[in-house]
Amino acid sequence: MTDDPTPPGAPVLKLTGITKRFGPLTANDAIDLSLGKGEVLALLGENGAGKSTLMSILFGHYTADAGTVEVTGPDGVLRPLKPGSPAAALEAGVGMVHQHFTLADNLSVLDNVTLGTDPFWRPWQSRRAARQRLKSLMADSGLAVPLDRPTGSLAVGEQQRVEILKALFRGVRILVLDEPTAVLTPQEVGQLFQTLRHLTGLGLSIIFISHKLDEVLTISDRVAVIRAGKLVGERPTAGASRGDLAEMMVGRPIAASRREAQPAGESVARLDGIHVADPRGGTPLLDADLDLPAGQITGIAGVSGNGQGALGALLSGLAPPLAGTLTLFGEAVARPDAGRFTRQGVGRIPEDRHRDGTVGDMTVWENGILETYGGAAFQRGGWLRIAAARGHARRLIAAYDVRCPGPDARIRLLSGGNIQKLILGRVLENGPRLILANQPTRGLDIGAVAFVHQRLLEARRRGAAILLISEDLDELFQIADRIAVIHAGRLTPARPTEELSLRQVGLMMAGEEAGHAA
Amino acid sequence: MDAIIDILLAVSFWTAAVRIATPLIFGTLGELICERAGVLNLGIEGIFTVGAMAGWMAVYQGLGLWGGVFVAAGVGMGFGLIHAGFTVGLGVSQHVTGIGITLLASSAAYFTYRTVLPDVNTPPRIEPFQQLPIPLLSDIPLLGPALFSQTALTYLAFGSVIVVAFVLYRTPLGLAVRAVGENPAAAEAQGISVVAVRTGAVAVGSGFMALGGAFLTMSAFNAFFFEMVGGRGWICIALVVFASWRPGKALLGAFLFGAFDAFQVRLQQSIGAAIPYQIFLMLPYLLSILALILVSRRAAYPRALMVPYRKGER
Amino acid sequence: MRLEPRQDVGLVLLIAAPAGAIVAALLLAAVPLAFAQVSLVDAYRLMATGALGGQFAITETLTRATPLILTGLAVTAAFRAKLWNIGAEGQLYAGAMVAVLVASYAWIDSSLVMIAVMLLAGAAAGAVLLIVPTLLKTRLGVDEVVTTLLLNFVVLLFVSMMLEGPLQDPMSMGWPQSEPIAAIAELPDLIARTRLHIGFLVAIAAAVALWLVINRTRWGFEMRAVGANVDAARFAGMPVGRVMLLTAILSGGLAGLAGVGEVAGVRGYLTLDLSPGFGYTGIVVAMLAQLNPLGVVASAVFIAAIFVGADSMGRALGVSSYIADLVVAFALLAMLVAGLVTRYRLRRG
Repeated sequence: MTDDPTPPGAPVLKLTGITKRFGPLTANDAIDLSLGKGEVLALLGENGAGKSTLMSILFGHYTADAGTVEVTGPDGVLRPLKPGSPAAALEAGVGMVHQHFTLADNLSVLDNVTLGTDPFWRPWQSRRAARQRLKSLMADSGLAVPLDRPTGSLAVGEQQRVEILKALFRGVRILVLDEPTAVLTPQEVGQLFQTLRHLTGLGLSIIFISHKLDEVLTISDRVAVIRAGKLVGERPTAGASRGDLAEMMVGRPIAASRREAQPAGESVARLDGIHVADPRGGTPLLDADLDLPAGQITGIAGVSGNGQGALGALLSGLAPPLAGTLTLFGEAVARPDAGRFTRQGVGRIPEDRHRDGTVGDMTVWENGILETYGGAAFQRGGWLRIAAARGHARRLIAAYDVRCPGPDARIRLLSGGNIQKLILGRVLENGPRLILANQPTRGLDIGAVAFVHQRLLEARRRGAAILLISEDLDELFQIADRIAVIHAGRLTPARPTEELSLRQVGLMMAGEEAGHAA
Repeated sequence: MDAIIDILLAVSFWTAAVRIATPLIFGTLGELICERAGVLNLGIEGIFTVGAMAGWMAVYQGLGLWGGVFVAAGVGMGFGLIHAGFTVGLGVSQHVTGIGITLLASSAAYFTYRTVLPDVNTPPRIEPFQQLPIPLLSDIPLLGPALFSQTALTYLAFGSVIVVAFVLYRTPLGLAVRAVGENPAAAEAQGISVVAVRTGAVAVGSGFMALGGAFLTMSAFNAFFFEMVGGRGWICIALVVFASWRPGKALLGAFLFGAFDAFQVRLQQSIGAAIPYQIFLMLPYLLSILALILVSRRAAYPRALMVPYRKGER
Repeated sequence: MRLEPRQDVGLVLLIAAPAGAIVAALLLAAVPLAFAQVSLVDAYRLMATGALGGQFAITETLTRATPLILTGLAVTAAFRAKLWNIGAEGQLYAGAMVAVLVASYAWIDSSLVMIAVMLLAGAAAGAVLLIVPTLLKTRLGVDEVVTTLLLNFVVLLFVSMMLEGPLQDPMSMGWPQSEPIAAIAELPDLIARTRLHIGFLVAIAAAVALWLVINRTRWGFEMRAVGANVDAARFAGMPVGRVMLLTAILSGGLAGLAGVGEVAGVRGYLTLDLSPGFGYTGIVVAMLAQLNPLGVVASAVFIAAIFVGADSMGRALGVSSYIADLVVAFALLAMLVAGLVTRYRLRRG
């Protein structure tokens, strides 16, 4: 970082005419972009606008159909980068922190950082030297992590630090961060921003990918906005207004869903002193009390991995409580059962729509009846009523605006937003009295987010009790009536949204007592 | 009871245990290397067979014993490359490809043998590897002759365990192999070619498997018989699980297995015809299944095992 | 170059892919044939006439196809639910052995009842053999590939023990084979003076039935969902363990039937060389058919033709009969590539 002759502000990276198509979709359309030394460039755009594709091209995960990438070498001269080679990108000093971390969880922090930095033919690892260098890097950058622990045992914020250290260890001069704040508490975001500012002071150039306006305005020097694969605007952050950027990013006015006050009905589900394990081995839920009244959206805020998995599994009927009682529709549940839950009127939107929500290799109509195939509507005497199931799928496609070729299309080929709409339709068509919505808008574009919110609010008006588990605090403050915070497997009592501030919830997410913040 | 003690105190028993263990050491090491890189290699049974045939045939054609070892390893690596081409390059099912490789390799071995030697009733013999006692060490009572009065291939197996363990845990290459088996995306992000590392690991692992086969025809016996591998490859796959994917434990597992097998043969001889011999022959297979059941609960398999990796695909 | 999923797969491609794989396998056979130094023209011609030239050849091929259809269906059923049953060989022998037991010890005097009981008992034996590894998988997480493979050896040794013990034919002069089954237990011939028996029709009926089960029933829906994404199936409330168990019964049962057919339809007694690897070849048959039960019939007939044709060509030209196994292995590997072509297209960049 220090022996770099490039003067501050001079270009270190230049993208010219980058174009990338996936089948009929143009993900990047002739994008030009440059980055100056010591600069933080924000790449702003909705989910699916093409930001990640662009950065994957820069990093060599994809090869562009057209266009060139040029990176400044140690001598300060721009040179074309070999396309399609992460090794070449690393060699040229480009590092990337992906939204989904790329860490081998069973390997130690040291192994993860040194992986691929020694030549293969060398018959030993320079572990001691690496450890020394990493220690001084940690001291310089303020990013501290335990070096000998497996990365899988670290908290999410620590894993992100490992990812940044991986890049610094390789002496990168350009660091790309893809949605780095999605997994952090508001306080951790503040820390990250401090670190980034410190690093640019040392000569590092940063591309910061985000769809959150406030963060972009806080951290960046310059903003580039991408919409539907095209670069639609570029301006210095200093003069940019929030409204201006929002309009550029979305390109159309989107009415934010509004929640109108309505009284809470009677309790639909109750958790009393519940202990439950996460079937995937995550943080268990400990001694949880929660009441879910009809006609209310109860939000669960928290950094992922703090027990949301266990809570979701409990109410999905996938994990039995180890202690305490779960009361559903006025009756204690002895053995949760996913199939029976659905029949009783629990609608479940899973956290991961690809892994748990749909069978990718099956068709839209098959996925439409995935939960209800056993009912009289879709089978008689063990024989599937395929015509009825296709009709059902056609109704869902029409009513929930699922864009797809038809009921016989394989669901794997649909976009994330359309898959989520199908799941939403599948759940809501049963008229559920309790809805578990686990990260229902993660990764969706603004239009799809608004659609999901509207439908959930409709269900709320109808009198359904809704549990909304989300990492997106904006979402919770927008549509939840009450918010409880989950941290290290413990739930705080749910409080009316109006009585809470973003800062308070942020502190509780980090495990601070609510009382101190109030 | 006396019969059992007699067996356990006999030098020949321990020597036999190590002899039986040797091909399993090669095979288990080979499979372990493949699986550490994230590729299940069910071609192992066939690669054993073709290694046994190729090594023997090379010696029979006059290439010498070490020539035979090289030929066997090379042929094994060739079949490993085919397996890698399908499972790593194309990313198709590792299960089905592995079965296909076993079919291909064993039928290629049998076809070649029959075509080169069409009209033989008794299998022709070669002069196999001779015992090579190591001075001093082989004089240790009981264990000395068992461990240090074996053939060169057994010593090669011992050495391979040490080398493989060192490479896996102490070198940049080994770290890369483990990383592509744990999280290929992480390795790719660090500039490592997942395809190259996995392909290399499968090729080298398959070479070891072929050496296991070659030991059968060039050291344990002196001829090639049909069906002579008899499920040793499948047993190695069970041993890899039993060994929790660790070379040292693989060695231990192979020894335990060899000791058990040698023991049952001797027990069978001393008990005689009271129990049908097939019961004894079943025991190794049942023991492998039992070993799998015992360790299944705590099996910490490589996370990306059997998961094909395609660059840029989530 | 990279692979990109196809939006839709045309029927032409679905048929062209296995056809292409078959052609590729036959072309690759030229390599070992050249190694054996025979005339390629003669070899292919003799293989074709040996398999398909005349009534005898055709009935031989269909006779050979019968167990392959059943083991192919067994593999299809299991693989559809991602139950990696590599133990069809052992399940076949279990079915065959139980058929011999029923036929030699039972007191039944009606041929129809006898055959029905034999088929049921044989299927049950195959099913039980697969239930064990399936339960180990669902309850304890033991990988079923290795357990089913190892059980093949155990079953074969058990059969060997029985054939040298209680089941041995006293007239066999020490040879390990069972007494011939009673005449009423023999499956009637489909065509007089050939070896083709009604087991062939049973196999075809089984293929149609399996197609209906997989594609038209609630249970098949569960099987396919569990096979394609077990997490989503579990989330949707499907009883994954029970689905696996039912799949095991179906798969093991079909393999067991193959054993009954060979004993009661072809051999008339049980020996250790009853099956030249029908169980393993069933995997090739199923893959060639892309796990479609109706396609299994066609691919089994093709594989059988290769075996029968290669046998006859081998005898005529002095080529080792292992040429057939080589072609079958080629076909499997070629089909893996062809299957990829149906799901992906190649794209530059």
